[in-house]
Amino acid sequence: MSKREVTSKDSGTRSNPGVEIVRSEAPSELLRELVAHLRQNRTQLREEWVVRITETRLLTAMTKEEIFAEATSVYDSYVEALETEAFEALQAYARNLSERIIPRGVETHEVVGIVLLLRDVLARSLFAKYQTDFKKLNRILDAYEPAANRIANTVAVGFVQERERVIRQQQEAIRELSTPVLQVRERLLILPIIGVIDPQRARQLTEQLLRGIRTNRAKVVVIDITGVAAMDVTVANHLVQTVEASRLLGATVIVTGLSPEIAQTLVTIGVDLGKMNTVGDLQGGIEQAERLLGYKVLTLAEPR
Amino acid sequence: MEVPILKQGEVLIATFQAALSDADLNHLRMGLVQQVVKFRSRAVIVDVTAMDVMDSFASRTLREIAHMIRLRGAETVIVGIQPEVAFAMVQLGLTLEGVATALDLEEGLAYLTQKFKSTD
Repeated sequence: MSKREVTSKDSGTRSNPGVEIVRSEAPSELLRELVAHLRQNRTQLREEWVVRITETRLLTAMTKEEIFAEATSVYDSYVEALETEAFEALQAYARNLSERIIPRGVETHEVVGIVLLLRDVLARSLFAKYQTDFKKLNRILDAYEPAANRIANTVAVGFVQERERVIRQQQEAIRELSTPVLQVRERLLILPIIGVIDPQRARQLTEQLLRGIRTNRAKVVVIDITGVAAMDVTVANHLVQTVEASRLLGATVIVTGLSPEIAQTLVTIGVDLGKMNTVGDLQGGIEQAERLLGYKVLTLAEPR
Repeated sequence: MEVPILKQGEVLIATFQAALSDADLNHLRMGLVQQVVKFRSRAVIVDVTAMDVMDSFASRTLREIAHMIRLRGAETVIVGIQPEVAFAMVQLGLTLEGVATALDLEEGLAYLTQKFKSTD
């Protein structure tokens, strides 16, 4: 339990101002006292904090009501973290909070800013409370400061981690969206590629295609690159590898829509054109694919 | 490790297990050709579905098996190469050139049926 060393010049009562009593409480006791104070003055301190937030023009993306609601839960979590020192719980809370506010357009500097403002507001209230007892104030701050710093750190890190997770997720979604593998007939897949292909996208493309060949049991794949303006040697090689890998899965690849520049690149890198099945445009590619698969397209009598 | 070789009419089906040693592959090479001779098979399907890696030795052995079997007038089809394995193979330049491939056993048999029909 707490250690108390009591030395007194005069063993009289504490109300006697002539007596100097030196006590050293354990840090946990100081924290308890501090937390109690913060809880008691919750309404006032929270209000002060919200005022400061508005003054510093942070969280401009949120309405006053939203700021107040979030401020309440942040304040309570802050005080609880001080009390329990459960920083994992705080980090989880921070990530959860970030998940809510990132879509609202809240930036990292705003989150760090408001946490530091709260730290300041609470510190000021401690200065006010213990202004007559400088030594005690120091001891209280000794207990408060490391915990407050850790809180600010934890919340900031939690926010940044959540941001990074969202960015990764979005990048993945964009990549998946931009290379759909489409089945247009039984055993026939089309892979329309549009835009810039970097080596990473090329790799992701190949993986998606090979999985698609297996899932759809495709025998022919038409890769259309009409929408690709240029490709460098690395990506061109990757295209060739995609064709070869598809063959290992029993599928024939027809590449369509090669621009003159890409045709030049392929010739330059010395692609064995016997290995590459190419047709001018997508329509021609599909027609050839249908022939390979034994389809025949007939025109019926004129519709009435 | 013995590789099971099944007979399905005029087709032999050899199913590779995962992790075949070089000795296993060498043993298989001779074994398969002997079986083709013994049963006068017209084709061999090598099913590598269970292989999750394909190194250059395995790849070369498969090509050699196909060539030896072709000298006996029979066709070889490699089936069941996994997407990840295919990807790794082409990056290493192991393309199994000149050897027929198909998605799986069913496709391999369909391919052979087609082929036999057109040559009969």
